[in-house]
Amino acid sequence: MIGIIDYRAGNLTSVERALAHLGIACTVTDRPEVLSRCGRIIFPGVGAAGKAMAELRRTGLDVFLKDWYLAGKPILGICLGAQIVLEESEENDATCLGLVPGRVRRFPAGMRDADGQPLKIPHMGWNTVSFLRDHPVFRGLPEGAEFYFVHSYYPSPSDPSWEIGRSEYGVPFCSALARGNLAAVQFHPEKSGRPGLEILRNFSTWRGGDAE
Amino acid sequence: MLSKRIIPCLDVRDGKLTKGVRFEGNRDIGDPVEAAYTYYEEGADEIVFYDITASAEGRGIMIDMVRRVAERIFIPFSVGGGIRTLEDMREVLLAGAEKVSINSEAVKNPGLIDAGAGAFGSQCVVLGMDVKRVEKSPSLPSGYEVVIHGGRVPTGRDALAWAREAERRGAGEICLNSIDADGTQEGYEIELTRLISTSVGIPVIASGGAGRPDHLFRVLTEGRADAALIASMVHFRAYTIGGIKDHLASKGVRVRRRW
Repeated sequence: MIGIIDYRAGNLTSVERALAHLGIACTVTDRPEVLSRCGRIIFPGVGAAGKAMAELRRTGLDVFLKDWYLAGKPILGICLGAQIVLEESEENDATCLGLVPGRVRRFPAGMRDADGQPLKIPHMGWNTVSFLRDHPVFRGLPEGAEFYFVHSYYPSPSDPSWEIGRSEYGVPFCSALARGNLAAVQFHPEKSGRPGLEILRNFSTWRGGDAE
Repeated sequence: MLSKRIIPCLDVRDGKLTKGVRFEGNRDIGDPVEAAYTYYEEGADEIVFYDITASAEGRGIMIDMVRRVAERIFIPFSVGGGIRTLEDMREVLLAGAEKVSINSEAVKNPGLIDAGAGAFGSQCVVLGMDVKRVEKSPSLPSGYEVVIHGGRVPTGRDALAWAREAERRGAGEICLNSIDADGTQEGYEIELTRLISTSVGIPVIASGGAGRPDHLFRVLTEGRADAALIASMVHFRAYTIGGIKDHLASKGVRVRRRW
């Protein structure tokens, strides 16, 4: 069973529907006692970091998630879920969970593309991800696959060994993180067609290591 | 780098396509869910549903359609038409749409943009704009006027000013339809698209006039659009989404080609 964390923000139903399509059992909940019976946790996306952290503290899920992580159980963060695992965010200077050393940055103002045209923020649409090493959660993806992004902020881990996927939008940025039992993606696998579904499928059997 | 998006638009009434979509073997598809699935398989980057249902019963049918679409396709899709309140938005988003699009209603009640963006986030709120070319005047300095109710009713609002206001109010994207070009299949309104797209900081989807792949090339380059809406040119199988993308890629436009 995969537990999808409900923090009263974002589109939770889309992750649930994608898992249902894949025949993977899941439950959407904000109750630690329900999550503790799950084998894996997904922290889904969309929303502001400060508001999400406030909700996690209110429900006690902040402590629960840290314990879950330290116990070595698999977690997949999606979009905001890939940001909230860092120490702090430039979005409202929010203090985050601190599972991953580093901070969440905003795309700089005044970015331009190769033709000198201004780039719009948020970064919205399909972009490629270069995977820097092999990992069970990111296996079997077609070469050159693109993923759907919607975000203005991105994770910037201070220890580069966390970065497993890199994308480019005006600046190169970290679009996927992985180490030990934590994997996280800035894009939306549930909205990225087959390659995205493949990531969710891989996660559903992942035991939480770099090599399996 | 970010790819330009190719977005087929499906017109729906009472849960059925208003114009059938022709697929393999000249099979006519009337079911929007099947049509959406086919375009998903063919590499659409997003799908737009435009609902022209008027009745209250029709709304229920539409929500059911949204739910069925969300169970089958795993790319973003938006729903427009008949969305008047925050509650209407919530219903469509909970049923599984990624975005809602508001057009005439936003002109009549601009606060709906702020309310939608505040409640669900800007990325969920698309401003649909129908625009007509007019004589430049002090009240319409851009030479483009916003029209509503499918282009029948002029509003006296300047298109550029309205686009900027919508962005300020929290719209996450603009779907810009040229009433002059719409239905002609003779190409998008490049000048209008370029004007709006270079004046706002949010993505602009060009709409109206697509008939050939080269029309998309022009609007995505000269017109500076972030995405292009297509309808008849793919619905009647004159072109496929893959074929359009091959054409764009051959001319150096970045599009998503692996799915």
